[in-house]
Amino acid sequence: MIGKLLRQPWVFSFGAAIAVWLATIAYTGGQGAGAILTAAFSFATFTIIVGLGQMMVITTGPGNVDLSIPATITLSGVVAMKVMDEDSGRMLIGIVAALGAASLVGVFNYGLIRLLRIPPIIATLSSSFLVLSTAISYGRGIRIKPPEPLAEFATMQILGIPIMAFAVLAVSIGMALVLSRTVYGRSVLAVGQNSRAAWLAGLNVDRTRFLTYVLSAILAGVCGILLSGFSRGAALNMGEEFLLASIATVVIGGTSVAGGRANVPGIWGAALFMYLLVTMLNTFGASAGIRLILTGLMIIGVIVAAGGEEQR
Amino acid sequence: MSEQAIRLDGVEKSFGAVRALAGVDLTVATGECLGLVGHNGAGKSTLMHVLSGNLTPSAGTLSIAGKPYDRLWTAAAAQAEGVRCVFQELSLCPNLTVAENVRIVHRSLKGFGWKGRAHALIRQKLDEIFPNHGISPDDEIAGLAIGQRQMAEIARAFTLTDGRLRLVILDEPTSSLDAVTAQQLLAYVKKETARGTAIILISHLLGEILTTADRILVMKDGKTVADRKAADFTRNSLVAAMGSEAREHTRGVAKNSTAEVMVRAQPRSGGSASLEARKGEIIGLTGLAGHGQTRMLLQIYERRQAEVKGALSFIAGDRQSDGVFNLWSIGRNITTRSLAALRKGGLIDLAAEQRLAEDWKQRMAIRTPDVNNNILTLSGGNQQKALFARALASDAAIILMDDPMRGVDIGTKQEVYAMIGAEAEKGRTFIWYTTEIEELTHCDRAYVFRNGAIVAALGSDELTEEKVLQASFAEHAA
Amino acid sequence: MNRRFLRQALPFLTLAVVLAATFYVQPRTMSYFGLNLMLQYAVPIALATIAQMFIITVNDLDLSIGPFVGLVSCIGATLLLDNPLLGILALLVLIAAYGAVGALIHIRNLPSIVVTLGLSFVWLGIAVLILPSPGGKAPVWLKALMGVQTPWVPFPIIAAIVIGVVVHLALMLSSYGVIARGAGGNPKALTRAGWSMLRTKVVMYMLAGFFGVLSGLALLGLTTSGDAHVADRYTLYSIAGVILGGGEFIGGRVSPLGAVVGALTLALAGSFLIFLKISPDWQIGAQGAILIIVLALRALVSYGEQKR
Repeated sequence: MIGKLLRQPWVFSFGAAIAVWLATIAYTGGQGAGAILTAAFSFATFTIIVGLGQMMVITTGPGNVDLSIPATITLSGVVAMKVMDEDSGRMLIGIVAALGAASLVGVFNYGLIRLLRIPPIIATLSSSFLVLSTAISYGRGIRIKPPEPLAEFATMQILGIPIMAFAVLAVSIGMALVLSRTVYGRSVLAVGQNSRAAWLAGLNVDRTRFLTYVLSAILAGVCGILLSGFSRGAALNMGEEFLLASIATVVIGGTSVAGGRANVPGIWGAALFMYLLVTMLNTFGASAGIRLILTGLMIIGVIVAAGGEEQR
Repeated sequence: MSEQAIRLDGVEKSFGAVRALAGVDLTVATGECLGLVGHNGAGKSTLMHVLSGNLTPSAGTLSIAGKPYDRLWTAAAAQAEGVRCVFQELSLCPNLTVAENVRIVHRSLKGFGWKGRAHALIRQKLDEIFPNHGISPDDEIAGLAIGQRQMAEIARAFTLTDGRLRLVILDEPTSSLDAVTAQQLLAYVKKETARGTAIILISHLLGEILTTADRILVMKDGKTVADRKAADFTRNSLVAAMGSEAREHTRGVAKNSTAEVMVRAQPRSGGSASLEARKGEIIGLTGLAGHGQTRMLLQIYERRQAEVKGALSFIAGDRQSDGVFNLWSIGRNITTRSLAALRKGGLIDLAAEQRLAEDWKQRMAIRTPDVNNNILTLSGGNQQKALFARALASDAAIILMDDPMRGVDIGTKQEVYAMIGAEAEKGRTFIWYTTEIEELTHCDRAYVFRNGAIVAALGSDELTEEKVLQASFAEHAA
Repeated sequence: MNRRFLRQALPFLTLAVVLAATFYVQPRTMSYFGLNLMLQYAVPIALATIAQMFIITVNDLDLSIGPFVGLVSCIGATLLLDNPLLGILALLVLIAAYGAVGALIHIRNLPSIVVTLGLSFVWLGIAVLILPSPGGKAPVWLKALMGVQTPWVPFPIIAAIVIGVVVHLALMLSSYGVIARGAGGNPKALTRAGWSMLRTKVVMYMLAGFFGVLSGLALLGLTTSGDAHVADRYTLYSIAGVILGGGEFIGGRVSPLGAVVGALTLALAGSFLIFLKISPDWQIGAQGAILIIVLALRALVSYGEQKR
C-alpha cells in the first residue's frame, strides 16, 4: 500500500514541497511558518489554474503546447476590469465578457493549428502576439481597479488559507473528474497516447483537441480575472511569469510530455514546490541568480530522471 | 566457374510466438539472379532483412565466398562486404536531392568537388539502367513521383565508389514502376549479373521472375519448398508450389443471401468491381498484402463513396500503431468504443464500465488475473483479443478487421474465430482483410484484391487456396 | 518545380515587400544612415536565428537561446574585458555545454523543449549572478567591429549576407552538411548507412552554441554594456526567423539564407510599424500577424504542392 503510494508520480513534488518548507522554517527557527504557507497557497493557486489548462493541452499529444496563456491572462484581466468598471453590479457581465474573449483566443489558436496547419508552438506564439497587442491597446490609459467583491474574494482567507485555494481545489477536482469520467476526458488521454488508434476506436480527435485549446484559454481567462482582483488592477505584464511556470508545473508535476498521461495532484505539488523553493532561497539570502539556476536544474533533473518516451 | 557469393544455412527467426523463418537455406552464386517468391507470411522479407544485416537470426550461419563469416553480421558489415538492398519502404531522405542521397551511402564522396562526382555517379547509373528517365540529380526526393523515387533508390544501390558489389537485393522493385521502366530494370539485371554481381529479385509478378531469374526459390511458412532452375518452372507449377494440399472447409450451408445489404462500396483506388456485405455475413478481403485491402477498409470506415447502414467498428492489425493504448489498463482498452453508452447522468458509470470489461474478458477468454492491469501485461494474442472485445462490446453493427490475426498464436486464433462466427449468427456483419488464405474458410464470400482493385469475387464453394492464388497472381492485359 | 521555387522565394519576397512598404511610408529611410539605423540589431538577431536553425535541422527546438545570448553579453562585458583568456575559456566551456545538452537529449531521448526550457533558467541565473543589473563594458575591439562604417552598403547588411552565405556553403553545399540535414530528414536511413546520430546531434548543438556566442558578442558590441535580460526576446525571434525563412520544424528542411532574411524581416518590421504610426501597442501584434500571414501563404503553396 505504501509502495503503491510512493510510486505515484505526484508524491515526489509534494514531498519536495514539504522538504523545502521544513528547510525554510528550520532556518528561521520556526518563525513565520504559517505565513509562508499562506503566501504559498495564495500565489501558487494562480499557477495551478493555468497549469491545469497547460496540462490538458500537453496531454493531447506530443508537440501540443499553449504559449498564448500569458497573453490570454492579460487580455481577460483587462477586459474584466474595463467592463466591470469598478461596479460590483457589473461583475457578472465583466466575467462573461472576459471569459468570452478568452474562448475566442482558444478558438483562434485551434483555427491556426488545424486550418492553416501551423505547428502549435508557432501558432500559439503568433496568436499571443496579437492577443497581447489587443490587450495592451484596449487596456491603455486609465488604471481601473476591480470591484470590491472581486478583490475581496481574491484575497480573503479562512484560517490562514485563501478562499481562492478552495475554489481552485474544486476546479482541480472537477478536472480530475473530467479526465476519468467524461468521454471528453478519456478522449484527451486516448488521443494523447495514440491519435490514430483513438480515431479508429471511434473517438473524435479534432473535437477533442479543439475543446482542449479552448479549455486552456478559458482557464487562463479565469486566472486573469482573479489575478486582477488579487493585484487590484490589471497590469500589462501580468501574464509574463506564467508562461514558463505553466510548463514547469506540468513537467515537474509528473504529467508526461509525450501525452496521454495527466497528473492533477502533481500540478499542486509542483506549484507549491516552486513557490516554496523561491521562498526558501530568498530566506537563505540566495540571490536571484541562484534561484533561477536551481529552478532550471530542477526541471532538467526531473525530465532526465523520467526519460523520454519511445518514439512512436 | 561460378562460386558462391553468399550462403545462408539453417536460418531461424521468431517474433514472439510467430516463427517467421523455420530453418532456411539459401545460396546465391556470383553472377546469378535468384528469384524469390511466396505468398504472404512466407518469410521473404524477414530473410532479406537477415541477409542485409538489419535483423539478427536466432540460429543459422552466413558464408561469404564460401567462407563462414564469424563476426557479427550488422548493417555496416553488410555494406562493407558489398551487400546492398532496396526494400519496399524506401530509405531516402525526402528533404535531400538525389545526388545528396547518394552521398549518404558513400563515405568517400566528400571534400571539394564531391557534388560533381556524386552527380556523375548517379547520372551515369540512371542512364545505364533507365534510359530516358527524366530525373535530374538535383531533384529533391520529396518532389519526385513514387516511381521516380524507386528508380533513384535502385540506381543508387548499384553505384560504386570503392570496394565491390557482391550482392544486390531488390524487394518488389517494380511495384511503383510502369511497364516500360520495369522492363528496363529487368534488362539491366541481366546485364549486371553478367558482370558477376549476384542479385536476389523478389516479385509477385511471376512473369518477371520467370524471364529474369536463373534460379527460383519458393518459400512458404518460413521454409523453402522448392529450389530449382527457372527453366524448370511454369507459371502454374510456381503457383502450385506456393500452395499446399487442398483443404476443404466451408462454413456449412451457404448463407441466405437475401439479408439486408449493410455495406456497398467500390474501391477508390481502382477497378470497376465493388463489394457488398449483407447482414450476418463474414466477408473476406484477400490477395497479396498491400494491394488495397486496408485502404478499402479505411474507405468504408470514413464512409467515403460507400453506402453503409449502421455503426462501424475497426479492429487494427498493427496493435502498436493503430490499436493499443499503452498507458491504459485492459479494461479501459476494452471499453474505449463504448464510453458514450456507459454514461449515466453525463458521467461514465465506473461500475458499469467494470462490469462490461469483466464480461468481455470472460467471453473472449482473455488470460489475465485482473482486468485493471496494464494492457501490456497481456501476451500479444491476448492484447489482440482485447482489441476484438473493444469492437464487439460496442454497438457497432459492422466490424472491419485489418488482418488482426497476424502474429497471433493458433490457440487464440481458434477462440477468436469461434467468437466471430457466434457474433455473425447474431446478426453482426464482418469485413475481414486477412493475409492468410486459410482464414478465408471461415468466410461466406471473399474478394480478391490486386493493385487496388477487386479482381475476383469468390463464393463460399470457391474459397480454395488454389483459386485465391491464381487470382492474386493473375496477370492479364488490363 | 515551380512551387518549390515559390516556397524558397517567399522569404525574400516578404522582405522585399516590407522594405518597399517602409520606403514608401518613410522615404528618408532609403539612405545609408536610415538603413543602418533600422537594421543595426539585425546582426545579433541573425546570428541567434542561425543558432536556432542548427537545432531545428535535427528536429529539435531551443528555448534557451535568448538567455544564452544575454549570458554571453554579460561574460563579454566583464570576464572577457578583464581577463581575455579566462573569458575565451568560459565561452568555449559554454559551447561544450551546448554539445553536452545535445548528447543528453539524444541518449535519453528527451523532449528538447523541456530540457531547453530548464536550460533557459540556468543561463539566465548564471547571467544574473555575473551582472545582477546591466553593467560592465564592452571590449574596445568589439565596439569597433560592430561600429564599422562600410562604404555604400551599411555594415549590418553586409554582415548578414556574409553570415548567410558562409552558413549556406557549410550546410547546404558541403558533404558534411548533407549528413546533418539527412539526420533531420530520415534518421533511420542515416543510421542504416552507418552514420552516428549522436555525433551529428552533438556537432549541431555545438554549432548552435558557437553562433549563440557570436550573437552575444555582436549584441554587446552594439549595446556596449552587458545585460542578462537584453536578449530575452531572441528566443521567439529566432524561431520566427527560421520559420519565416522557409524552415520547418520537422524534416531537416532549413534555409540559412532564408533564416537570415527572416531575421532581417523581423528586425525591419519593427521599424516599419513605427513609421506606419501604428501605436506601439500594436507593434508586437503586427509581428504576430506577419508571422501568421506568411505561414498561411506557405500553407497555400504547400497545399498546391501536395496535390501531385
